Amino acid sequence: MKKFGVKHIVATGIGAALFFVLGRFVAIPSGVPDTNISIQYGLLAFIAAVFGPIAGLLAGLIGHFFIDFSYGWGVWWSWVISSAIFGCVVGIFGSKLKIDEGEFDKKNIITFNIGQVVAHLAAWAVIAPILDIVMYGEPVNKVFVQGIVSALVNIVTTAVVGTLLCIAYSSAIPKKGSLKEED
Amino acid sequence: MTNLFNYIDRPSPIHSLTGATKFVCLMLWSFAAMSTYDTRMLIAMTVASIILFAVGRIHFKDVSFMFGFMVIFLVLNSICIYLFSPRHGTQIYGTCTLLFGMSGKYALTAEQLFYHFNYVLKFTATIPIVLLFVTTTNPSEFAASLNKIGVKYSIAYAVALALRYIPDIQRQYHEISQAGQARGIEMSKKASLINRLKAASGILIPLILTSMDRIEIISNAMELRGFGKNRKRTWYMARPFRAADHIAMVSCALLVAIALCLSVVNGGRYYNPFV
Repeated sequence: MKKFGVKHIVATGIGAALFFVLGRFVAIPSGVPDTNISIQYGLLAFIAAVFGPIAGLLAGLIGHFFIDFSYGWGVWWSWVISSAIFGCVVGIFGSKLKIDEGEFDKKNIITFNIGQVVAHLAAWAVIAPILDIVMYGEPVNKVFVQGIVSALVNIVTTAVVGTLLCIAYSSAIPKKGSLKEED
Repeated sequence: MTNLFNYIDRPSPIHSLTGATKFVCLMLWSFAAMSTYDTRMLIAMTVASIILFAVGRIHFKDVSFMFGFMVIFLVLNSICIYLFSPRHGTQIYGTCTLLFGMSGKYALTAEQLFYHFNYVLKFTATIPIVLLFVTTTNPSEFAASLNKIGVKYSIAYAVALALRYIPDIQRQYHEISQAGQARGIEMSKKASLINRLKAASGILIPLILTSMDRIEIISNAMELRGFGKNRKRTWYMARPFRAADHIAMVSCALLVAIALCLSVVNGGRYYNPFV
């Protein structure tokens, strides 16, 4: 695993700030009333894939906490924790990728997407409902339906937004060995 | 933009507590309220939180907007629970008292009503405290005080960085989005879902690329100044703990203890008046 250095601290802070701005001010209407598509998970997946599980976990935790904090409707811990877990799981899958060295081919796209699907299912269809039951004593079928629906929506969003971000970022970086000595 | 976090600067006993104290109290308080379903305790906590609200000199009109949000949210969630599980109360309390002579799957039971009452109480016991925390805690001081309660300073610094860069990133997002719209990128309901997502990604890409540059610049600047060299650091916004801070934390810890005791006395998380 990569060392958690100054760069990772900064990436966590900036990642959390980006997560906050996207989650708080960018609302893409989904067609269903009062339900917006949250593109911030695409971003979080990207940050986690580049900077590793700890940065992903903390960026999700801090960013989501501040979103709830600024809305003031109460910090919804079960979902804050799930965001953090999502960042962490994507980061674990992403530690095999070398996006920051400009590599992101088809195989990597598949790895990245498997990671985000697993992470979304773990976070929204398993952890969040369980925490809702433990903390708030809500009915089982309600929280699981909620969780699975949001997992599916988030998977689609992340597949589009996250993959595009990784491709764009990796292609903006000069690849290793792209410079040749002049004959 | 200045009021992004709803912080209200107004001298009061609650304001003078350190951010760390308030954060610890918030955690303990929400833990106590989450762990118990004892109606008496939840009512007591609701009353206490409303009193604390007055002590913090926060007026209802300061938070009426957020309060409205909360009510809508609670109503929607309660309806949702009822639709999915109209007999949830019966499952919990073990009895089934039909009301108003109704029958069928969605017949109203006293247990269900009591469960919903408790569910709402759970929120009325915590939301005022959260609102109080949000309105009386200066975000910068909060980041500084995290370090004090044992969070590693690198993590506390990440929180401070996030707070520092939220307005910058927000402004940048706005600029890029307007530039995109001027070039005819459609993000409203007229475009199809996939196209909307693509358009959003189109704004994101320049935003992320500049943010990655920003990460590089900031981390270089921090490294040049020797960030992370020593095991401790001081904070400009930090304040020392005083007697009131200790009292507040101890009383919130007591609340958790009471909640745990009650669940032993009641033989479970629920207070059951039906048996």
